[in-house]
Amino acid sequence: MSRIGVFVCHCGTNIGGVVNVPEVVEAARHMPLVAYADANKYTCSEVGQASIRDAIREQRLDRVVIASCSPRMHENTFRRTVAAAGLNPYLLEISNIREHCSWVHSDSKDATAKAIDLVRMAVAKVARHESLLPKQVGLTKRALIIGGGITGIQAALDIASAGHEVVLVEKEPSIGGRMSQLDKTFPTLDCSACILTPKMVDVAQHPNITLLTYSEVKEVRGFVGNFEVDILKKAKMVDYVKCTGCGTCWQACPERIPSEFDMGLGSRPAIYIPFAQAVPNKPVIDIANCRYEKYLKWKETEEGPEPPQCRICEGVCPTEAIDRSQKDEIITEKFGAVVVTTGFKTFDHSVYGEYGGGRYPDVISSLELERLMSAAGPTGGEVLRPSDGSHPKNVVFIQCVGSRDDKVGRPYCSKVCCMYTAKHAIMLREHDHEVQCYVFYIDVRAGGKDFEEFARRAQDETGALYLRGRVSQIYQEGKNLKVLGEDSLIGRPVEIEADLVVLATGMEPSDNADLIAQKLNISYNTYNFLIEAHPKLRPVETQTDGIFVAGTCVGPRDIPDCVAHGGAAAAKVVALLSQDSLTTDPLTSIVDPMKCVGCFACKEVCPFNAIDEQVTRDKRTIASINESLCKGCGLCVVACRPGAVNLRGFTSQQLLSEVLTLVRG
Amino acid sequence: MSVDNGPLIIGFLCNWCSYAGADMAGTSRAAYPANIRIIRVPCSGRVDPLLIVKCFEEGADAVLVAGCHPGDCHYNEGNYYSRRRFALLRALLDFMGIEKERFQVEWVSASEGKRFAKIVTKFTEEMIERGSRKAS
Repeated sequence: MSRIGVFVCHCGTNIGGVVNVPEVVEAARHMPLVAYADANKYTCSEVGQASIRDAIREQRLDRVVIASCSPRMHENTFRRTVAAAGLNPYLLEISNIREHCSWVHSDSKDATAKAIDLVRMAVAKVARHESLLPKQVGLTKRALIIGGGITGIQAALDIASAGHEVVLVEKEPSIGGRMSQLDKTFPTLDCSACILTPKMVDVAQHPNITLLTYSEVKEVRGFVGNFEVDILKKAKMVDYVKCTGCGTCWQACPERIPSEFDMGLGSRPAIYIPFAQAVPNKPVIDIANCRYEKYLKWKETEEGPEPPQCRICEGVCPTEAIDRSQKDEIITEKFGAVVVTTGFKTFDHSVYGEYGGGRYPDVISSLELERLMSAAGPTGGEVLRPSDGSHPKNVVFIQCVGSRDDKVGRPYCSKVCCMYTAKHAIMLREHDHEVQCYVFYIDVRAGGKDFEEFARRAQDETGALYLRGRVSQIYQEGKNLKVLGEDSLIGRPVEIEADLVVLATGMEPSDNADLIAQKLNISYNTYNFLIEAHPKLRPVETQTDGIFVAGTCVGPRDIPDCVAHGGAAAAKVVALLSQDSLTTDPLTSIVDPMKCVGCFACKEVCPFNAIDEQVTRDKRTIASINESLCKGCGLCVVACRPGAVNLRGFTSQQLLSEVLTLVRG
Repeated sequence: MSVDNGPLIIGFLCNWCSYAGADMAGTSRAAYPANIRIIRVPCSGRVDPLLIVKCFEEGADAVLVAGCHPGDCHYNEGNYYSRRRFALLRALLDFMGIEKERFQVEWVSASEGKRFAKIVTKFTEEMIERGSRKAS
């Protein structure tokens, strides 16, 4: 027989002012299995908690109901209280007679009757509570970072410096990400490469970091502290132990392919490093474009004309590092935590028919301009028109291309475009004093340290003409482009003859961000940006424990925000990996092995892959719950046909007893 | 049953959105009739349709299930299951001789305290109009 104690809180006048607390206490004394009932002025105060502890000891109570505020408020406080008196912390039930009763009902009689009902339901439920012990599981003190842009680099360095092993996976041949494509950064006009490349080198040289470039995450299994990840290492065809990165091969390769790094404005060979400061500074062979690889592929079928055999790189390599025997390889590694930093790509402006839909060579995206301005870019830092290689003098910038535009399904602000356009206006003037810039904008959003001053500088010092309004059409007229727009501040149409038009393309998540999210069992929104556990209070956590997100894969951000975000994710990972074992919440599902028929309807509905198959001694295959993965949602309980699955803390019997107690009275 | 006057309504509220929404109704003192008795569940997907039938069998006048808005489920997809299960259950209730209007499913987020109060007020008024099931 249970001895249940009921403690009703006055909460000053918050409860006591409406609910007749002595009447509730008196009613509780006569409820089944209740051995003791009392009231407190403030139960959560130290005095109130002490009175509960004393009563548990003196009255030999083995279960406790506290009728007070919402369990979302003080459940953990009171669990500690009963635990301090020697009771199992899960033998407690809270009856919410404040938020759900005294605060929303003014009639004392009704509120008191309802409070008595709520207490009676809690008594019925607590009688069916069981002692539960949180489980301890071990963890692997290693972190996986997916994506080697500035956010991933920062997270990797911070975690590694705290003494934990890190594996950084990057799908491109080099780390560095989008930041490595930029020429300068706002608002300081720091050279992007100059501040980024030392960090890239730090990653390569850090004893705790393993760098896996040209690799992708294929499959993720397991749970917080114990993830098992399959990583695809694409064949590089170059032996990185022998290769010295001397560059002889990529200078000798006769093939030319549009360079992804230069946004197609320049070209690269088939054996290549994406850019001069690449880390690792060793090449990969692009199998799809290598002449000899094409020949080998032809040889399998011998269809069509025989392509030339090349193998020049093999001939010139002084260390015989070219290794054509390499194959794609999948390795499996264990991790305790995962950080997703897959970054962004720029919006494809070809959907804007009014801007030429990608037909005019002199209508370029801002990232293309960035490559044209870079000293390491295809033009050596000279800004030349793609069409004829001349120096543009009249440059029109159009803001919010793929941002703040419902028409193309991108209603959000990409946050960085106003600032990088100001940067471009200032830089273009530095490149060529005769350049006149025109900026069509909706608003200039310059919220950030020194941002507004910088945006002002573009207008005041460099004479860039800011026109508030949209551009309605761009068309080619002779060698130049005609830009038709509106200056909505003076309410007149504007017509500008431009040599070059730069579209401030917005940010969207990298390709396959949704597929990675699915592999990791984390959520993403309609634009494929990943969703954090709480947008304000848990900005780098996700709903899946042990998986963290940072940088522009979560939403548009600038570089300082990404660095801070990467550091924040690293701090969370370090806090996790610093523990020697992890405590799991015991409020999970359980399977009755005698009732389970092995239909696995539960497995189909489980959102967390927490249900495993298990073979019993009498050779039946039944379900078993992985308690580290189970989050206690209870979907499986309802799905279970024979009623073999139950949810601790919210068992079917408990919910039923609450209903019966209430209705039968 | 100790609701002296008026219908008894049982509310199953998911812990993460709707229970918190009901808490928010309290915090913002958004009053509603005292006929509802709230049972906390982790997810609207934890509510077994059979339990709802049981509520009616035992004499409850009405049942409200509230969960996170579709797409906002704390467990990613729990409310999608409940949405389907309860659509089916509603269709069955009439067949069982229970007016389907007595069973309501709502999506209430943690910030929609006032909306929760409104929903409960409206539902209670409708049930008062409809009268007790025992009387009918």
